[in-house]
Amino acid sequence: MEAPAGVRFGRDAEGMQEGGPRHIVTAFDLELRDITARISEMGGIAEEQLGNALEAVRLRDNALAREVIAADKRLDQLEMRLEEAAIQTLALRQPVAQDLRQVVSALKIASTLERIGDLAKNIAKRAQVLNEGQPLKVQGSILRMGRQTQAAFTEVLDAYTARDTELAQRVWRRDVEVDEMYNSLFRELITYMMEDPRVIGLCSQLLFVAKNLERIGDHATFIAEMTYFVVEGKPLGDERPKGNAFGELPDFD
Amino acid sequence: MTDTTNTQAESAEQQNGSGDINSAAAIAANKTPATSGEVKIHCVDVDVFYGETQAIKKVSIDIEDKAVTAFIGPSGCGKSTFLRCLNRMNDTIDICRVTGQIVLDGGDIYDTDVDPVQLRARVGMVFQKPNPFPKSIYENVSYGPKIHGLASSKAELDSIVEQSLKRAALWDEVKDRLDSPGTGLSGGQQQRLCIARAVATAPEVLLMDEPCSALDPIATAQVEELIDELRQSYSVVIVTHSMQQAARVSQKTAFFHLGLMLEYDDTGKIFTAPSHEKTQQYITGRFG
Repeated sequence: MEAPAGVRFGRDAEGMQEGGPRHIVTAFDLELRDITARISEMGGIAEEQLGNALEAVRLRDNALAREVIAADKRLDQLEMRLEEAAIQTLALRQPVAQDLRQVVSALKIASTLERIGDLAKNIAKRAQVLNEGQPLKVQGSILRMGRQTQAAFTEVLDAYTARDTELAQRVWRRDVEVDEMYNSLFRELITYMMEDPRVIGLCSQLLFVAKNLERIGDHATFIAEMTYFVVEGKPLGDERPKGNAFGELPDFD
Repeated sequence: MTDTTNTQAESAEQQNGSGDINSAAAIAANKTPATSGEVKIHCVDVDVFYGETQAIKKVSIDIEDKAVTAFIGPSGCGKSTFLRCLNRMNDTIDICRVTGQIVLDGGDIYDTDVDPVQLRARVGMVFQKPNPFPKSIYENVSYGPKIHGLASSKAELDSIVEQSLKRAALWDEVKDRLDSPGTGLSGGQQQRLCIARAVATAPEVLLMDEPCSALDPIATAQVEELIDELRQSYSVVIVTHSMQQAARVSQKTAFFHLGLMLEYDDTGKIFTAPSHEKTQQYITGRFG
């Protein structure tokens, strides 16, 4: 057996870690822990970005919107670094079973978090445009949908960190609520636009904000699916309840 | 082989519809080339005792034909002991006692009327350390067919030797020096010579007890390539300490621990989502 420097044989009684006791090769444990820590860091930043973007809409705060846009680079960099670390681990340790699932899911979740960051940045950009016009009442519904999405995202990150499949499945099933909010917002915005063509510009911006939130909800369910996969070693399935696709395929009957 | 796999992948896709989440399962199932599914060796409640010590406890396993089955597990788990039951190599150990049933193609190999020597011609074995006879390359391979009377003429024997060396992917390297001693070959070549010797008696099952642990990576790759080819005609059972080797060469993997067989499943399943906690801990390098 090739034993690189720093390898400690045997295991500590208290040294339990994900998937059972610690690895015989301590450096492997450290690498896996490092990958998990990077996901937590990315998750924290993405959460903050989403929160700030919604605040920028709510408070009509351009400075905050600019902050969100600038901070997105940080997420991109973190994703790249996580990818490097994960590829190194795959190449050098050839993980199997739960270790493999952990590394592969980290790769996929990292790119999901990066995309959530992009969507948050996009909301911030649209906030700047919205702030130029008069405030619309419908904004309240958007912010409610935002809070709902935020809650789901926060919960799914907790579920992933704690490897809590119950919580993950609850978030997964609840995405239908976000979908339904999106659909009713879609109707509401169309009504506004029909009533007063002068608000079409602003309402379109809000529609995109709602669409971004709906996408973030979908990404949260993906993280829930990955959480389940890491723990159970099988996919969560495709029976997720979905809202009707009103907003997806407009149906003006 | 590639053709078959593609066809299966396509038909699986047609059934499931592309983009369907079920197709992921179809792809996973396809990753491991399909096995025949036919049972070659049927083992029921096998116990092995060395004197008072029980080395194997109630192992039941169906070993498939035309497939590679890997036995993995920590040192002393009984995997080699169990392998040696399959061609009655344990008979040579006085204090060793085997109970239960091991049925090869419908016949119990421990029946009193079974001749172990004949059995070992049907169930060949390759050991950890290459152990060629101190004779010529030719004689190493021709010995088995000769004593089992498989060739009626010198020409026929020559042909068996050539075919066996070709099967072992060694022919091109030794065809010009068949009379030189087998012990003069490199380690990897010696091991392939032993495989040629094992296949020369036209066995149906090939047992391999850590066949690559004394070989360098290139020779290991050559033997692994060979194992994959042998699988077309034989049932191959391999004991290995290298889990990556088990993952690379086998279609089925059995995990042994403290004399018990804790898990037996498709290799792809064992290395992505094993069912047993101990399997998981062992293959991920948490104990052993």
